[in-house]
Amino acid sequence: MVAKRPISLPITNELDIVKARQEVRSYAQSLGFSLVDQTRVTTAVSELVRNIVKYAVKGTLDLEMTEKGARKGLRIVCRDEGPGIPDIELAMKEGYTTGKGLGYGLPGAKRLVDQFEIWSEVGKGTRVTIIKWQ
Amino acid sequence: MERIPIVKIGEILLVSIQTDLHDQAALGLQRDLLEKIQNTSARGVLIDISVIDIVDSFLGRVLSDTASMAGIMNATVVVVGIQPSVAITLVELGLELKRIHTALNVERGLALLQQKIGGIERVPVGAVEGPGSRPERRVNQNGR
Repeated sequence: MVAKRPISLPITNELDIVKARQEVRSYAQSLGFSLVDQTRVTTAVSELVRNIVKYAVKGTLDLEMTEKGARKGLRIVCRDEGPGIPDIELAMKEGYTTGKGLGYGLPGAKRLVDQFEIWSEVGKGTRVTIIKWQ
Repeated sequence: MERIPIVKIGEILLVSIQTDLHDQAALGLQRDLLEKIQNTSARGVLIDISVIDIVDSFLGRVLSDTASMAGIMNATVVVVGIQPSVAITLVELGLELKRIHTALNVERGLALLQQKIGGIERVPVGAVEGPGSRPERRVNQNGR
């Protein structure tokens, strides 16, 4: 398989959530992901990108192929320069949300992928990195 | 903004979602459905999502809320056509959509609705109005 080029998408409004879902699905598809894994990673990104639109207004979504031996993976970075998350531990708890009662965002997204890493600093922004292995 | 067509057949409203919905479109559909329930006195709503390949927490919540809201307006909502990969993802995400009725496909969804609302076929046309003349309407209200 030809190595996939990285893709970078600006996230500025809720229509970009739909666009992000389409890009992630087709990227995962081209890496040979199963239908269920395509759906898992696409749903995780939908949750993460919505957080950007909801809390930070704008940010970026980066997709790239990663490899571990013969195994291919999809590495996704979701970043913004928004208000940041004051208490990450609390935000990662089930059902906790500062928005309109849409919990599940972060912990739900984490369950759908293989690796999940979050960095956030108040006043600086948030960066979530996820990897889904094929 | 694109609007999703709502078709009325008897006492049932049929909606088939054909594209990946952005958030405002999902909320628009919810509003349109509730208005249509009021305007047409529909008792059942069938939402077909068989071509939808992703349901995230937002859309899951909108579907759940719509079912609750329609319930308050005495209309039953049945969501049909959930794909296996969507069902798997929903449960892993923690959204089990426990508050909504689901059926495998449109046919079974219609049968479920008929059963829940005492379908049109079972109400004789021109039935004599009076005490006890429409027992089907009084039973099986599922506690509502």
